[in-house]
Amino acid sequence: MIQHTSRLGKGYLTKKESDASDDLNSELFTLTYGALVTQLCKDYENDEEVNKQLDKMGYNIGVRLIEDFLARSSIGRCQDFRETADVIAKVAFKMYLGITPSVTNWSPAGDELSLILESNPLVDFVELPDNHSSLVYSNLLCGVLRGALEMVQMAVDVKFAQDTLRGDNVTEIRMKFIKRMEENLPAGDE
Amino acid sequence: MADEALFQFLHNEVIQYIYKSSEHGEMENGRCITKLENMGFRVGQGLIERFTKDTARFKDELDVMKFICKDFWTCVFKKQIDNLRTNHQGIYVLQDNKFRLLTQLSAGKQYLEHAPKVRKRNGGKLTCQALFIPGQLSPHEWFSLPLSLQYLAFTCGLVRGGLSNLGVKSIVTAEVSVMPACKFQVMIQKM
Repeated sequence: MIQHTSRLGKGYLTKKESDASDDLNSELFTLTYGALVTQLCKDYENDEEVNKQLDKMGYNIGVRLIEDFLARSSIGRCQDFRETADVIAKVAFKMYLGITPSVTNWSPAGDELSLILESNPLVDFVELPDNHSSLVYSNLLCGVLRGALEMVQMAVDVKFAQDTLRGDNVTEIRMKFIKRMEENLPAGDE
Repeated sequence: MADEALFQFLHNEVIQYIYKSSEHGEMENGRCITKLENMGFRVGQGLIERFTKDTARFKDELDVMKFICKDFWTCVFKKQIDNLRTNHQGIYVLQDNKFRLLTQLSAGKQYLEHAPKVRKRNGGKLTCQALFIPGQLSPHEWFSLPLSLQYLAFTCGLVRGGLSNLGVKSIVTAEVSVMPACKFQVMIQKM
């Protein structure tokens, strides 16, 4: 079972001095996400299935989240993929998760990049037990990005390249631009 | 510091998932509500644990309920409970006139379109009834448990879980009066 342990160490103390209720709101999301992943692990036999399901759910959230984002951020149309990546890192991640990943490791063709997350609110208090080594705990994020970008006519492939939950130093999301899509009806729920 | 909207999106998606992954039928509806409530329970427990780390002891049961209505509700839903009533014998009714998890349902069409579909018997044939239409729900139509209950189940669990970790055992139910107002009924169980 995935456990939530109170990690009242360095990570908690170095959080920005913010409203107590803001912190709690973040924890509401984090804890709910944890409950969801726990439920999925119960429902599905293996980690791959859970990963897929998280991606699907993320996609469904992403296709709706984009409207909320565009309404609240009044960002205009991005000129290119680089600008898109910047907006994602500096505006979207900041708005929704309160963190600003850095955008690095661009491919020579400029169609692939990494988002490096120093911290990941989803994994606060989370430890992965040994029998879930291939679980991509935060896979929801990949789906969200994919779904949101699809709604602005960009087909992308998103996946985790590094994960602090699995022992890496940082969390790295690798995002690849596939193609620009025709304007058409949304694919809808998966 | 996660944005409030994120929780709402996640909450809605969790409901969709729980219902999609179940069989359709009257029994399953109850089972889904229970699953959602249990998830809320665990989250409520964890949340209250973090929240009350530095809080002084509560004087009595009423004090606990006031805390839930003011501090806890403000933290989770950015507003207080609008009205708390009790019979002073272990039953409390918490009224929220503009419950945040319902405001989307009543206002935003996008959510109505994607709201969980509920099967309803119609002259022997099973048909899909897509929407919760506020105020038109017949109490006898228990096949189609109100969508709103699905949107309240998690929160019922949240309250029950919060109370549980404050040493109060309870049963929490909810009902929608007029969207988006709703009432949570807390029945304290003697341990």
